[in-house]
Amino acid sequence: MAEGRVLALALVAIPLVASAEPDPAHLERLVIQDCGSCHGLTRKGGLGPDLRAESLSHWDADGLTEIILDGIPGTAMPPWRPLLTEAEAQWIAQYLLTTE
Amino acid sequence: MRRVLALACLILGLISAPARAETDALRSTGNLGVIIERASGSVLIVDRTAHAILDRVEGFGDLSHASVVFSSDARFAFVFGRDGGLTRLDLLTGAITGRVMQAGNSIGGAISDDGALVAVANYKPGGVRVFDADTLEPVASYDTGAKTIGLVDLPGRRFAFTTWDTGETWIADLSAPDLEAVVIEGIGANPYDALLSPDGRSYIAGLFGEDGLTRLDMWDDTPEPQRILPGYGRGEEPLPVYKMPHLEGWAQAGDRFVLPAIGHHEVLWVDAKDFTEAGRTKVHGQPVFAVARPGGRQVWVNFAHPLNDTLQVLDTQSGEVIETLKPGPAVLHMEFSPRGNEVWVSVRDAGVVQVYDTESFELIAELPANDPSGIFFTARAHRLGL
Repeated sequence: MAEGRVLALALVAIPLVASAEPDPAHLERLVIQDCGSCHGLTRKGGLGPDLRAESLSHWDADGLTEIILDGIPGTAMPPWRPLLTEAEAQWIAQYLLTTE
Repeated sequence: MRRVLALACLILGLISAPARAETDALRSTGNLGVIIERASGSVLIVDRTAHAILDRVEGFGDLSHASVVFSSDARFAFVFGRDGGLTRLDLLTGAITGRVMQAGNSIGGAISDDGALVAVANYKPGGVRVFDADTLEPVASYDTGAKTIGLVDLPGRRFAFTTWDTGETWIADLSAPDLEAVVIEGIGANPYDALLSPDGRSYIAGLFGEDGLTRLDMWDDTPEPQRILPGYGRGEEPLPVYKMPHLEGWAQAGDRFVLPAIGHHEVLWVDAKDFTEAGRTKVHGQPVFAVARPGGRQVWVNFAHPLNDTLQVLDTQSGEVIETLKPGPAVLHMEFSPRGNEVWVSVRDAGVVQVYDTESFELIAELPANDPSGIFFTARAHRLGL
């Protein structure tokens, strides 16, 4: 019982630490490599749509953050909330809008 | 004067490089392969028996999700890049001997049974384009009007491919005078990949948009979609899919074969005669590749992000996990030696390709590579449907 509680606490602590400071190098790699699985390493699109900054110009950061966190039901875009904090999703949204 | 100079060069050449000339002249390709370095757009040429990198060739463009087929003499690799580039690489000289930008965005390719034609499946514009394998001149183009996946070669100079958006399988006959294609509708919602059995008979498309897969009997004159494993998720809410599984390599052992379940931490066993479910095995994560060791005694499985640091080995008779390996972060692909004694594993975020003994599961070699993804050995030249 006591053991179970310690474990649960430890699991909670990991995302809290992560949310304090998004790690840009880690997130940039995630965008290129893992988003790139569907959207292409250069974000030109693949199974998923083109995510280059100029193609996203009609989006704002909050809208993109929401899609990253909750996905688009009925499509192949999964919710990333289980893996990313809101701060990390916001960082990615900004990155997509501002980085060529 | 010119003749004298030429003669001098010839003599110098003979003196300075006899050993190299001899090995170059006599090298075979049967133990060669290529490794895709996805971020840098380069390709490693490797000797799989020596566990050695022979050459690094650059200039392939965007190689995310790149795949490779080989010429029928196993000398040339045709590399299909995500950016639509089709590049032919000479494995003996390391030279790029042809390159065309055939589309804006592509996903994979195939080579015809006679080795004469190379086909590429495209997301944008959707469809398949076919090229002469020698000249890379265009031969035919099939506009499917949709993102096109699951491209394989079929016997008789034919190709089959399927559309993500519209759920159609096309069979293009390049032996017919008019190069016609037959279109089969009703494959299902969002087919994400397809594979062909080694005998060329069963073409199976995995569905992202519904619980199940669809089989076509390619020995039938008019193949009809046959839904297999309908409702394999059994109403369980599927998990988010962070990487689409790949259907590659027909992982058959005896009377059943294995397929990755999408959105579940399971592989599915299928009866090879009647295509009903023959069991399932709980595995570490969502499977990406479930590939049989040649001979079919084991199935090796890797997993989707974020559980992609692990490999599991299933015994095909019991269906049980007999070994769990932790090669490192982002295990993307596995390629067996043609007789299955070794498997090469790309570990992208560790920047290495590892070689395992498939009997002892010992790590026997490690090669440095820059974000390695696909590994392809020339034995593929002699197999149908890859």
